[in-house]
This record gives sequence, structure tokens and C-alpha cells, in this order.
Amino acid sequence: MKTPILEVEDLTLHFGSITAAERETVIVYPGELVGIVGPNGAGKTTFLNLITGYLRPERGTIRFWGQDVVGLAPHQITALGVGRSFQIPQLFLTLTVRENVLVALATREGRWASVRRPLHEPARVQAADEVLLQFGLLAQADRPAGELPEGGRKLLDVAMAFALRPRLLLMDEPTSGVSAREKFQVMDTLVQALREGGITALFVEHDMDVVRRYATRVLVLSNGRILADGVPSEVLEDPEIRLAVTGRR
Amino acid sequence: MNLPRGALGVLLVAALVVAGLVLPRWLVFLLALALAKGVAVLSVVVLMRAGLVSFGQGLFFAGAAYAAGFAMRWWGIREALLLVPWSVGLAVGLGALAGLLVARYRDIFFAMLTLALSMVLYGVLIKAYGVTGGSDGIRIPTPTLLGLQLSGDDARLVVYYLAVAATAAAAWAVGRYAAAPAGYLAHAVRDNEVRVAYLGAPVSRIVYAAFLLSSGLAGLGGALTALNVGHVDPGLAYWTTSGELVFIAVLGGTGTVLGPLAGAVVYELIRSYAFKYAPYAWQMLVGAAMLLIILFLPGGLWSPVERVWRRAQG
Ligand SMILES: Nc1ncnc2c1ncn2[C@@H]1O[C@H](COP(=O)(O)OP(=O)(O)OP(=O)(O)O)[C@@H](O)[C@H]1O
Ligand SMILES: [Mg+2]
Repeated sequence: MKTPILEVEDLTLHFGSITAAERETVIVYPGELVGIVGPNGAGKTTFLNLITGYLRPERGTIRFWGQDVVGLAPHQITALGVGRSFQIPQLFLTLTVRENVLVALATREGRWASVRRPLHEPARVQAADEVLLQFGLLAQADRPAGELPEGGRKLLDVAMAFALRPRLLLMDEPTSGVSAREKFQVMDTLVQALREGGITALFVEHDMDVVRRYATRVLVLSNGRILADGVPSEVLEDPEIRLAVTGRR
Repeated sequence: MNLPRGALGVLLVAALVVAGLVLPRWLVFLLALALAKGVAVLSVVVLMRAGLVSFGQGLFFAGAAYAAGFAMRWWGIREALLLVPWSVGLAVGLGALAGLLVARYRDIFFAMLTLALSMVLYGVLIKAYGVTGGSDGIRIPTPTLLGLQLSGDDARLVVYYLAVAATAAAAWAVGRYAAAPAGYLAHAVRDNEVRVAYLGAPVSRIVYAAFLLSSGLAGLGGALTALNVGHVDPGLAYWTTSGELVFIAVLGGTGTVLGPLAGAVVYELIRSYAFKYAPYAWQMLVGAAMLLIILFLPGGLWSPVERVWRRAQG
């Protein structure tokens, strides 16, 4: 049996009377691509915020490769190899698109405090441009990130998480804001990059077709609880689950 | 013309060296003061890059100036090449302490806390008459350079060249920091702290490092000012001194290393002429100059030069 990369047990958090997480227990193994679905306000983003240390659970444990990470700060958990992209892109808007990736790369190298060489070292610029090429952003490399359209921002946000070469990648709606036409294309790129990098991933997604097509496993959240956990083709056929997720049968 | 930035720096330093020989004494003295102030303005700009506006750089400016004064008075040290590093070291030490408190704050809270700390120093300098000379301050005798006794105009000129060398070194260091990952991470903190943390870098330590660099620069400016003026007084720690540094930063422009230095030179020139021809209205003239800059050159005085430079580089 493989060792789990992520073990979440009994995770619980309330915001006042809102149940954001209630006894959530999940074990993820290396190589899995887990879709997370659920209605608005189900607690999907909260789940990612808890794993990455942005929120502290009232109860429960989170282990990344066996190491307890509850109480660690986001930067510490990230440095352990957990990457994350955001529902609302979190970029450095006044830096150029390339610089956004360069900063991610320098940080991944552990050189965030370095003054010995410039950020724009040739080797690093080349690595950044490869990432940008992969995400179709190379043509915009020299523009400030703030000038990117919504879809471009979303891609850059994901690209920065990728540039960290994490072991575990958590993506919050990676294809929202990307046009319906390009959705599958973007997912193809992502999945291929995940495979090449040997990255295990969880991704929040509203589009059931995307989940069915790409996820090896799906978690269904509602009111902070895990309603179902299994193979997408089976789980998403259950009428009760469909009702809970989409409000339609 | 395709000059690397380093070549521009060398040209400017050469121009300043020549200026020391050909310009009238009073202008050389004014330039020396402007460069000292320019280095302190760089300290403001370094923090602005991280999104922080300090209204209390006087803490380090005055701290270092008094450190030089005490070293002369208590220990009889007159060697400039000892006084300057000692003063800068003390300023960085002050920054290391103050930073523990202020690096957690942002925006107006950061501005007010830095202001408050500098005013605490001002209060101490005023009250502790026996040690600091109160509002009279301390006289700074002419320093020696490499053991050489200097006097009169020679001394002035040597202190000017010391200011030129120190300013060039500071500008080089800041330029290097700004182009390196450390400087970009500070810029990134200004744009989006959450993302910086999610890249795996500790925001608080990035801010703290910028604060240390900034206190060292403000200290260097203070030490050079003390050696130039030959006198230190509590006014160096007063909030108007700190405010003036922020003022010059905006005047010169915060996007480059040369902007703040050019801003300091222009500011000192405007101030001395305005003071000479309109002794009761010089603040008004300086204020009007600022208004014009904000209206017509929002990127600061240096921004058109930078634009031409960029275009020439293709
Ligand atoms: N910091 C917070 N303070 C208070 N309430 C919060 C906070 N963060 C989330 N909530 C609440 O917790 C619940 C779960 O929010 P969460 O953002 O995790 O939902 P989600 O499943 O990601 O929804 P969406 O699909 O809209 O992104 C919601 O009711 C939300 O309003
Ligand atoms: Mg969400």
C-alpha cells in the first residue's frame, strides 16, 4: 500500500452559526486527481484554506506526508511542497506577467532573500518563459499582470502555483473565468503538466462535465460535510447527490 | 546610445568629482548636504517599494548623527572611516529593535508608529541635557581621513568626496537590492501579501529586512549630514525632518535610484534660493514647486529623464 500524501481527519470549523467544515475525513494518495464539488457556500474554499494553514481548525488533524501541519503558517506549508491557486486570482498586479513567475521561481529556489544575483538571471528567465509558454501566456510576458483579461489572470494564477513544482497542488476553480470553449483545452494542459511533474492534485470545480472527464475521484461537499467520496462516474449518477450539488435532478 | 546603467553611474560620479573642484565652495557644501539627504531619501524609497510609508526616518537619521557626535565627544574618535560605519551600525541596531514592533503594521498604523518612535527620540534628545546637550546639540569637530588632519576648505572638500563615495555605494547597493529577488519580493509584498505567503516566503521577514536596509541608509544619511554640518541637534529627529524625506521622495520619484538623489539636489537648490530671495515665504515656494511636480510630473522629477533613457535603450 502506498503512503498517503494527504490525510485529513475529523476536520471541523464553524463561522458563528455557519458550519464551514464538520468532521471531514479524507485520505489522498500520490497520483490522484481529486475533484471537489458542491453548491455555493458548501465549504470548498474553506477546505483548501484549512489544509494550507490560512484557517486553523477547531478540531481535527491534517498530515502532509505524515507530518502534522496544523498550526503551521501558509508560507511554511507551501515550503513543504503544497501549492495553491485561487478562486479569485492572487497576482502581483504591478509586476509584469513574467516577473510574477520569476518571483515564484526564486522563492521555490529558496532565494527570496537573495541579493547576490538579479531576479532576471538568464536561466531563471528561460524557466519562466517555459512555464508561460505552457500556459499560453508568453505573448503577454512583458505586460503588467494587471492588464491581463480575467481568463489570463486565472491562468497566470495557476501557472505561479505550478512554477513552485509542488508535490500536492490545490486549485480553486482553475477554469472559472476561462471561456467555455477553452475549458477543456486548459484542463488538458493542466492534467498533462500534473502528470509530467508527478503532482497530486485536488481541484474545486463547478462544471460536472469537467469533473467527469478529468477527475480520478470526486468529493462532494455540502454544508461543510463530505456527502460522497468515490469514482465520478458512479458518484455523480446518484440522483440525491445531483440534487445536492446542482439543485436539479 | 546604448549605455549600461553602471556606465551612467560612473559618469555621474565623475561629474560630481569634477564639480568638487570647479564649483564655488558654498555650492559644493550644498551638494554634500543634498547627497547626504538623498541617501536618507533612498531609505524612504526602499520602504515605499514594500508599500510602507515611514514618517519616522528621523529616528535613524538623528540616531546615527548623534552616534557620531558621542563617539567624538566620549572616545575622541575623529576618523571618518570609523565614525561612518559605527553610526550606520547603530542605526541598523535601532532598526532591528524598532522593526520588531513596527514590521507587523501597515498603512497609516505603520506611518504613525514610526513617527511616534522618532518623536520619542526627539523627546529624549531634548530632555537629557547632560548627555545630549539638549536643544543646543553637540558640536562635531572636523574629522580626520585615514589619520590625515584636515582643516578649512580641504576638510570641506574631503567630507564632500566622502559623501560622493558613500552615496555612490548606497545607490549601487539599493540598485542591486531592487534588481534582486529580495527587492522584487518586497515589491510583491506591496502588491499582494497573501500570494507571497502562498509562494512559501515569510512576509514578516521580507518587511523586516527592508526595514533594516532602510534604517541603515537613513543612518548613513544622518552620519554624513553630521560630518558636513559639524553640528547635531534634536531637530534631526523632529517629525519635519522625516516628513521632508518623504516629500523629497515624491518630488524626485520613487521608481528609480537616481530619482531620489536628483530630487534631493533640486530640493536643496530650490530651498536655498527660495530662502535667500524670500526668507519668509520659502516654504510656500517649495510647496508650489511640489504642486507643479504632482500636477505635471506625477512620476517625479526624474521620470522624464528615465523615459528618455529607456527610449534610447530601445
Ligand atoms: N472568513 C470567513 N468568515 C466568516 N464566514 C466565512 C468565512 N469564509 C467563509 N465563510 C462562510 O463559510 C461558508 C463556506 O464558504 P466557502 O467559501 O468555503 O464556500 P465555497 O464552497 O467555496 O463556495 P463557492 O462555490 O461560492 O466558492 C459560507 O457560508 C461562507 O459565507
Ligand atoms: Mg469557493
